[in-house]
Amino acid sequence: MSKVNALLKGTLDWVDERFPLTANWKAHLSEYYAPKNFNFWYFFGSLALLVLVIQIVTGIFLVMHFKPDASLNASGVPVAFASVEYIMRDVPWGWLIRYMHSTGASAFFVVVYMHMFRGLLYGSYRKPRELIWIFGMLIFLCLMAEAFFGYLLPWGQMSFWGAQVIVNLFSAIPLIGPDLSIWLRGDFVVGDSTLNRFFSFHVIAVPLVLLGLVAAHILALHEVGSNNPDGVEIKKKKDANGIPLDGIPFHPYYTLKDIVGVIVFLMAFSVIVFFMPEFGGYFLEYNNFFPADPLQTPLHIAPVWYFTPYYSILRAVTYPLFGIDAKFWGVVAMGASTLIIAFLPWLDRSPVKSIRYRGPLFKGFLAAFLVSFFILGYLGVLAPTPARTLVSQICSVIYFGFFLLMPIYSSLDKCQPEPDRVTTK
Amino acid sequence: MSCDENVDCGRRRLLVATAAAGGVAGVAAAVPFVASMLPSERAKSAGAPVEVDISKLAPGQMMTVEWRGKPVWIINRTPEMLASLKKTDDKVADPKSDKQMQPDYAKNETRSIKPEILVAVGICTHLGCSPSEKFKTGAESGVDPDWPGGFLCPCHGSTFDLAGRVYKSKPAPDNLEIPPHMYLGDAKIVIGEDKKA
Amino acid sequence: MKKFLTAILFAPVLAFAAGAELHLDKAPDKSNDQAALQNGAKVFVNYCLNCHSASYMRYNRLKDIGLTDAQVKDNLLFTADKVGEPMKIAMQRADAKTWFGAAPPDLTVIARARASEFGSGADWLYTYLRSFYRDEERPSGWNNVVFANVGMPHVLWELQGDQVMGADHKLKLVKPGTLKPEEFDAMVGDLVGYLKYMGEPVAEFRKQLGVIVLIFLAVFFVFAYALKREYWKDIH
Repeated sequence: MSKVNALLKGTLDWVDERFPLTANWKAHLSEYYAPKNFNFWYFFGSLALLVLVIQIVTGIFLVMHFKPDASLNASGVPVAFASVEYIMRDVPWGWLIRYMHSTGASAFFVVVYMHMFRGLLYGSYRKPRELIWIFGMLIFLCLMAEAFFGYLLPWGQMSFWGAQVIVNLFSAIPLIGPDLSIWLRGDFVVGDSTLNRFFSFHVIAVPLVLLGLVAAHILALHEVGSNNPDGVEIKKKKDANGIPLDGIPFHPYYTLKDIVGVIVFLMAFSVIVFFMPEFGGYFLEYNNFFPADPLQTPLHIAPVWYFTPYYSILRAVTYPLFGIDAKFWGVVAMGASTLIIAFLPWLDRSPVKSIRYRGPLFKGFLAAFLVSFFILGYLGVLAPTPARTLVSQICSVIYFGFFLLMPIYSSLDKCQPEPDRVTTK
Repeated sequence: MSCDENVDCGRRRLLVATAAAGGVAGVAAAVPFVASMLPSERAKSAGAPVEVDISKLAPGQMMTVEWRGKPVWIINRTPEMLASLKKTDDKVADPKSDKQMQPDYAKNETRSIKPEILVAVGICTHLGCSPSEKFKTGAESGVDPDWPGGFLCPCHGSTFDLAGRVYKSKPAPDNLEIPPHMYLGDAKIVIGEDKKA
Repeated sequence: MKKFLTAILFAPVLAFAAGAELHLDKAPDKSNDQAALQNGAKVFVNYCLNCHSASYMRYNRLKDIGLTDAQVKDNLLFTADKVGEPMKIAMQRADAKTWFGAAPPDLTVIARARASEFGSGADWLYTYLRSFYRDEERPSGWNNVVFANVGMPHVLWELQGDQVMGADHKLKLVKPGTLKPEEFDAMVGDLVGYLKYMGEPVAEFRKQLGVIVLIFLAVFFVFAYALKREYWKDIH
């Protein structure tokens, strides 16, 4: 036994002289000190990483069988659509890999939205974590691009018309718009060139950027240390060895805790994959089982659930302004609704970080924001009517009001004093 | 550029020149990659004209043909349908078709060469969905109780009359496009080509 | 101002009010009834597979519903030579388009595509196939309640008989077919059961496997949670 140990130690030393393996292990895991009072909300960072791995691994295997080809086969079905059904039927276990990938896409947004909401609750974007938040927002934008490009690939009706509508949004930009949308499509209509380039973006370009951003996000986090539900800096109180008094090594404590979270997540994930892969038409839209037909738009089209809040904001803008039509301002509002989140570190003027010590103003605004976000999301899947448009306009105002009024209400708020040390139940 | 004694001016000039040359190289190298995403020669040549036989198109019926990957509608309008265009004149945004959404020979009351036959690109001018036909008048089409017949876009609710003219205060900014087309005899239409070409 | 406030108060109610309703009859569940599925497969091959392909479905996959290769070869293999081939058709799409106005769609995943907020795809198909009525204005002489102005004629009319649309917007059987109404409904039920199976042949296995996976994860959870507790007792 000792011989084996000596051999292992020798190998590790050999590596460490050439590559900082042990040093990195310590810096990021065994001697990375995380606050000991992490709660439920702190599972979603690791879970996002898990889903990223699931998507990459299942994606690699799907690419082995998928064909990005919009031409029709002998039965009159687009090759891309048929290749997805080939994966679902003829490829051994292909159905499982495909359902994991399609469920993973929605799961990604679930965990990332929870992760972002955690940031809102506990002020994780506040100084000195502004860059972590910015990297996170860039990850979120990449994720939306990744989801959008990927959604075209099965080449169903929703894939086709979704891409048609979104690419046409760019044509609303004055002067360069129409040429820009042709450049994006590579054709005058959404077609084979569009499918091929979206495939390239989905499997190569965006994942590479995404991985780089995830690395930057984690490096920035490990530079300043994690926030916690009390929003106090554990690095302010250290013991004689320079270790935060309220910090515990990430490994083994949080690795083991996160494994429990991972199993619970996998249970929920499996329930969807094995028992309701379409999730009532929200994860796999029913109309997408019809092959793309450029001559006919489905009677009811709606984006996948994770885009619907922003889509509602797009539709809520119905007034032209400065001589440019409403379509353009809708696009601007939709873009602004995602980008404005990145400015939170500078909008929040509260003396405290965590919701635990904030006053009623912030809590009220946060609740109103959350409710309007859900209403916008729900309205986004429905067909527009005048009444629905009015509601989405009201909710859009609340959405932007939460951010734009934050400098005022967050500084006026009656906050409670923060504790010196983290609290545990 | 000003130089003070702490800066090696010769070195700085070379640094600037090299950086500028590197920048030019970078931009020049990006050009072919960006340009490669423009429509290819194959995509550009795909727009061949389409010949359609409309002898079997009964009054009140509509057919759809594909031209350049887009749906083109051919509608044989009944006298009642044509009469409805008078009623919609003050409800549509561009009743006289002043915007360039049609060839000159279709810039008239019916937006067509022959009054009853409408040829239009079935793509909403808002975000490119294909509107659905709602020819039945009144509440039956589910649009509006005094609906005179026309088209409804399922995506964002734009409505068009039976000449493809968009209704006022709808998301779509323009009337439906009338493609270049011409007649070869009585019952044959060529879409994508007209006499001038 | 008051008007505006009322608008805000009532708008949500109006906003979430449902739009046009489509009433669908509930299709019987045949997913575990092999005899019904086999009968449905027979009906499908005899009545549908002349115009509609099922081009992702291989004949020998029918072993899922208890049919051997030999049985498939003797009773069902009309459009292919080998049992490993998919259910394709000989009709040319261009011809079909001139005959029906639109090429008949591939039916492999139709039961998944036709699902909506009004019911499952099977419900839609079950209602659709029983809702044809005589309409002289249509080129085929038939119209349909759930699929207005459909291009397909009523292929099963000899079995069901002739329905007409009454003034009360309800269908009436005016000329009986060779099957009694309950027999016809049962046959359509089998056919729809088969279409649902064909939409996702792996569905039953998927659910069985899901139970095993969840049981395993539950056991895994117990170990992992105990391990976490063991380590975390040092903290606080």
